[in-house]
Amino acid sequence: MILAVDLFYWLIGLLLAGVAIMAARDPSNPRRWSTALFWALYAALYLAGEAMPPVGAGAMMILMALIAGFGGVRAGGHLSLAGAARAASARRLGHWLFLPALVIPFVTIVFSTLLRDVRIDARFLLDPKNLTLVSLGCGAVAALAVACWLTRASPLQGAREARRLIDAIGWALVLPHMLAVLGLLFAEAGVGKAVAHVVTDYINMDSRFVAVAVYCIGMALFTVVMGNGFAAFPVMAGGVGIPVLVHRYGANAALMAAIGMFSAYCGTLMTPMAANFNIVPAALLELPDRNAVIKAQMPTALPLLAANILLLYFLMYQ
Amino acid sequence: MHTAVNLWPLLGVAVIVVGFLLRAHPVLVVVVACAVTGFAAAMDVEHLLGSLGAAFIKTRNLPLIYLLPLAAIGLLERFGLREHAQAGVARIAAATTGRLLIVYLFVREGSAALGLTSLGGQASMVRPLVAPMAEGAAEARYPALSDRMRHRIRAMAAATDNVGLFFGEDIFVAFGAILLMQTILRAEGIEVDPLHMALWGIPTAVSAFIIHAWRLHRLDDAIGRDAIE
Repeated sequence: MILAVDLFYWLIGLLLAGVAIMAARDPSNPRRWSTALFWALYAALYLAGEAMPPVGAGAMMILMALIAGFGGVRAGGHLSLAGAARAASARRLGHWLFLPALVIPFVTIVFSTLLRDVRIDARFLLDPKNLTLVSLGCGAVAALAVACWLTRASPLQGAREARRLIDAIGWALVLPHMLAVLGLLFAEAGVGKAVAHVVTDYINMDSRFVAVAVYCIGMALFTVVMGNGFAAFPVMAGGVGIPVLVHRYGANAALMAAIGMFSAYCGTLMTPMAANFNIVPAALLELPDRNAVIKAQMPTALPLLAANILLLYFLMYQ
Repeated sequence: MHTAVNLWPLLGVAVIVVGFLLRAHPVLVVVVACAVTGFAAAMDVEHLLGSLGAAFIKTRNLPLIYLLPLAAIGLLERFGLREHAQAGVARIAAATTGRLLIVYLFVREGSAALGLTSLGGQASMVRPLVAPMAEGAAEARYPALSDRMRHRIRAMAAATDNVGLFFGEDIFVAFGAILLMQTILRAEGIEVDPLHMALWGIPTAVSAFIIHAWRLHRLDDAIGRDAIE
């Protein structure tokens, strides 16, 4: 690969290292040393990557969790333009301000569709295993370049602004990452098997409607626990979907699979475990209640789960 | 016949549920759950740390989606992007918060269904554009918007992005979830055409649009009531 995902790991590692240095030099932060240590450790993970021994990375993750868990990660001070200067700049730049913001999705889409198979000297231009991520990285770098050109600001100012946003998100930034680790550990420890065992052993599925409801609700509940529909699907499809719905009641397998995955997504909308969709946005939007996004999604997720049960029940012989 | 299944790792799930109910710090809850799950599965400390570390390294691609756009978005915010988005939407007389978010839901779900999942996103679209516009549309009509309603509008903007993404992407044939389902069914000896799975996702995708759009429509009424109080 010419543009591998590692390139963007290093870039983010450098950014996080910069955040750590800026935090250490910021006397307005009451916990500046622990904050700096937290971001420096995270930077080391991105810069060293696979070269790091797993046991060391595990110990590092625990240390980061302890720093964050006991209030060691705080926001620093930030100099923004005064309201009047910002309003003047918004008037001067006008709709041009939208341009770099739209460069990100535009470049991501063009790269991930048109450049996906491009090779130079038999090497892929873009990492085929991480196509979207590499395209997004190119889009972000291009957007930063356009934004610097437009505003006459330096890339260093871009790093300062990134730090302002990283400070606003705070420890919530690493929560999705740590939850993904927990998900993999759950899989290794056999949590999925244990849940499927409990569900299929204690519920009588002689009624077709009960079987459909157990499948859909189980899919959602399991996703609430694991935070990821991809973890729930193999368990519930293997435990209820295939043996009971398809083999016993003769349901259409494609329909069973599609509605099962959508039921899992209803669970994703309702769980703090899916932190990248539910908790990080609450921090990004500076909401005081970290569960505000989940509360906004509940009244959509629950009726939709009921709709899924009915759709599967009435369409299963199609 | 089920004696081989070890039920002890379920303790890790219990830790998560209790931790979130007690509103303990989520990062600490996750670490305690890791420890409990590992010991319940009879791992020793070194094995557990190794498993955690290997997973921590392997999943470091996850936060990239948020981290990569931050420098460009932050710079644009410094020079007034959010103010400009708010002022722009306030000039459109027909724009209400609900209508604006319904249009965004339609575009997000439709483009995700065509495989264009990156047309959106919480860091690159919702924070700089969608949430300020939704808030600006409400503010243009009701200048004395309460903070409570402001926060609710922002949360709905984030929710709209998620709903559109989740229930759009699954009807795109080449999406990872479809491939995962195909692999798992094949392992059980069932051959399914990915196109059929994508097509059978459409009734749910339509239901999701109707339910969420109806809620967004009602959000406009709630904003109006909030302004009167």
